[in-house]
Amino acid sequence: MNLFLQQVINGLNVGSIYALIAIGYTMVYGIIKLINFAHGEIMMFGAYFAFIAATSFQMPVWAVLLLSMTIMAIIGVAIEFVAYRPLRNAPRLSALITAIGVSLFLQNLALIIFKPEPKVMPKIFPEMIIKIGSIEISSTTLITIGLSLVFMVLLDLYIRKTKQGRAMRAVSEDKDAAILMGVNVNRTISLTFALGSALGALGGVLYSVAYIQVYPTMGVMPGLKAFIAAVLGGIGIVPGAMLGGFIIGMVETLTKAYLSTTWADAIVFGILIIVLLFKPTGILGKNTREKV
Amino acid sequence: MDKSKRRAYIINTIAIIALYIIFFVLIQTQTMNKYFIGIAILTCIMIIMAMSLNIVAGFLGQMALGHAGFMAIGAYSSASFSIALFNSGTELPNIVVLILAMAVGGTIAGIFGILIGTPTLRLRGDYLGIVTIGFSEIIRIFFVNFQPTGGAAGLKGITKLVNFNNVYWITIIVIILIFTLGRSKQGRAIISIREDEIASESAGIPTTRYKVLGFSMAAFFAGIGGALYAHYQAFLEPSKFGFMFSIEMFVIVVLGGLGSLTGSIISAIVLTILPEMLRGFAEYRLLVYSLVLIIMMIFRPQGIFGRSEFSLTTAIDALILRKNTKNTVDGGES
Amino acid sequence: MPVLSANNITMQFGGLTAVDKFNLNLEPHELVGLIGPNGAGKTTIFNMLTGVYVPTSGDIILNGQSIIKKSTHDIVSLGASRTFQNIRLFKDLTAVENVKIAYHNFIDYNMIQGMFRTKKFWIEEKKAQEECLKLLDIFDMGEYANTLAKNLPYGQQRKLEIARALASDPKVLMLDEPAAGMNPNETEELMNTIHFIRNKFDITVLLIEHDMKLVMGICERIIVVDYGKTIAEGTPDEIKNNPEVIRAYLGD
Repeated sequence: MNLFLQQVINGLNVGSIYALIAIGYTMVYGIIKLINFAHGEIMMFGAYFAFIAATSFQMPVWAVLLLSMTIMAIIGVAIEFVAYRPLRNAPRLSALITAIGVSLFLQNLALIIFKPEPKVMPKIFPEMIIKIGSIEISSTTLITIGLSLVFMVLLDLYIRKTKQGRAMRAVSEDKDAAILMGVNVNRTISLTFALGSALGALGGVLYSVAYIQVYPTMGVMPGLKAFIAAVLGGIGIVPGAMLGGFIIGMVETLTKAYLSTTWADAIVFGILIIVLLFKPTGILGKNTREKV
Repeated sequence: MDKSKRRAYIINTIAIIALYIIFFVLIQTQTMNKYFIGIAILTCIMIIMAMSLNIVAGFLGQMALGHAGFMAIGAYSSASFSIALFNSGTELPNIVVLILAMAVGGTIAGIFGILIGTPTLRLRGDYLGIVTIGFSEIIRIFFVNFQPTGGAAGLKGITKLVNFNNVYWITIIVIILIFTLGRSKQGRAIISIREDEIASESAGIPTTRYKVLGFSMAAFFAGIGGALYAHYQAFLEPSKFGFMFSIEMFVIVVLGGLGSLTGSIISAIVLTILPEMLRGFAEYRLLVYSLVLIIMMIFRPQGIFGRSEFSLTTAIDALILRKNTKNTVDGGES
Repeated sequence: MPVLSANNITMQFGGLTAVDKFNLNLEPHELVGLIGPNGAGKTTIFNMLTGVYVPTSGDIILNGQSIIKKSTHDIVSLGASRTFQNIRLFKDLTAVENVKIAYHNFIDYNMIQGMFRTKKFWIEEKKAQEECLKLLDIFDMGEYANTLAKNLPYGQQRKLEIARALASDPKVLMLDEPAAGMNPNETEELMNTIHFIRNKFDITVLLIEHDMKLVMGICERIIVVDYGKTIAEGTPDEIKNNPEVIRAYLGD
């Protein structure tokens, strides 16, 4: 039982990271209907910037996070401006290929700058073991889950309560109508990329702390899993991404613990497929039929 | 068959034979070394992969991001078949074994195409994309864990049956068959689904059946590509058939122009040779490749050819008679 | 015996009843108009008759056979085809290819014969090409045979859609606002064409139309629906003077 609870906490830990990354996928998809393949690389660069800030500059943890999230927000906006904006009215698949191109570009850039060898990520959070009954939880796990939840709540409030949040929802609902209502679409899209990338960077830092290393291809698998999480929850829906992230994290951790390590990813995909076959637009997605 | 069509057939036949003779001479005189022959063979296999993916992505208009999975099925099943056949002490000539292995690989991949396509093809767009990634990854993970075909360490002991001669002609045959498929009543039905699924159904096309047909035909030819790959490399590793390989094939198809088969051919050639040419850039190779990709998409979002086909006949007319330099719009035999 | 009949078909979307116990009997060779104000449920009726929607209750009989829960393509091969209010052509294909796709069921060769281009393929394709060109000629569209559908003028696109619907050799042809967006001359021409094809192919035509002139001019019988219910039925003259109809169209 204790072992099980321990695994549930691990699942929440991984799940909260996936959820953070999934939010970036889902926000961008919601607003410009693009699967931002480069998001995994945003996460990776976020981790690297945190690594540099923590090792070379010995910054305090809050500064590490702030720096990494700010830089990645700027890079995210820049990517949209340079690579995606020119293709906004092009066929959607062309934008998708461009996103794949950006992803490859960033990955190879990281390979050149940082070299392929993994580096050890320092423990940036205060380290201690907290005992609840007979369960032992590390402070890093608690901080990871806590930080993720705080940022998710803040994002949710921002989207629901502020003027900019309303503009985001308006643009993802109907871009043309939003323009007519005086919403600055370009700025709203930039803002979406900034927020999504910042959360992705946070996810990257937490991921690298959890697995104690940074390397140039570290964004690929968590990126793919977070994307699956976003689709599972219903892509374009922010709470769906959070839900999907936690489900994927939990399923992955529990399969690894109780069924098989080598089959874990296959089972994650299997669950995604089964859910989509019964609910073709994801768990929280709405079914829309084409008007004839 | 009218006159212009007959002329197109003759010109294309001459071009195919001429190209073969050029390669034949280059190889015989050893102007082309082993390394370049290897690239040529891989290019042929990539042409088959891209053309087959174009059946789903271009004709059917569905986002399929799991083509490597079908290739893996074709590769592993054909290799297992040929290994078993050689172990039984067969005296069949190599080319017959290769053809049988291709038939096995293609058929099994095609059957998986039906099995996977039937439940999933009612999903739309990005959802279909992610499900095809999922199936393809499950297939890969299966081969990682499946010990009879070597598991993660890979499948060794495959007899090398593919050389430039046979792969060239097999590729030509596959190209022709996919072209004729696209211009048959079945191909038209599949294309009509891309154009407008509801209208297609209202025109009396059983769209579900044709979607599955298109999907399984793509899987069939991908299986053939896999069989060729297996019997060229003589070694199979599950990690080769990962998600990025599917993406690579998808990129080739989109870059060539969705629905343009000649576009797929040219794009497969360029994108297989380009990374090799960039070897001089060493570690900057993939950086340059990805930049090329981004720039190409920004300046030519509909792909090299869009949906039209490159026609040799038209090109010759343009060169000799300086008639017009425009490519024929879909419909002319190329 | 009616060629197409609907008995008490009802369509509910959630709590909203879009069509309420609608009845229809189409006799062979009839030309019937279905009219009503916007949102009256006309297109929903079409969608039920062609299998796009399954009615919540009621039955639809085509040629003596119930077509409830049959798929659209099965209904097409049983003899009912349609056009769409907002033209749905295969835009990137030529006019003749558009027609050939609907001629699909009459082209007899399998995929292997098609891929290897056996003799049967050439014979059948030649026949299909000729038949489809013939059909285009009926609509005076021969010259556009190899034009991409998206490049056709608007009026020609509407006609091409009707030609495509005829290619599946229907017994009942359903036209959803065929004159929408046409100028008076084009409408006039279309009226003649509809009349002509009805006689030439000996089919039943059911058309939804907003253009009163078109409906009154060619329909032998008119059904008026409002709020999903039939409010009047009769000859054009009867409908013209029906107070219910006037009220529905002009308001109280």
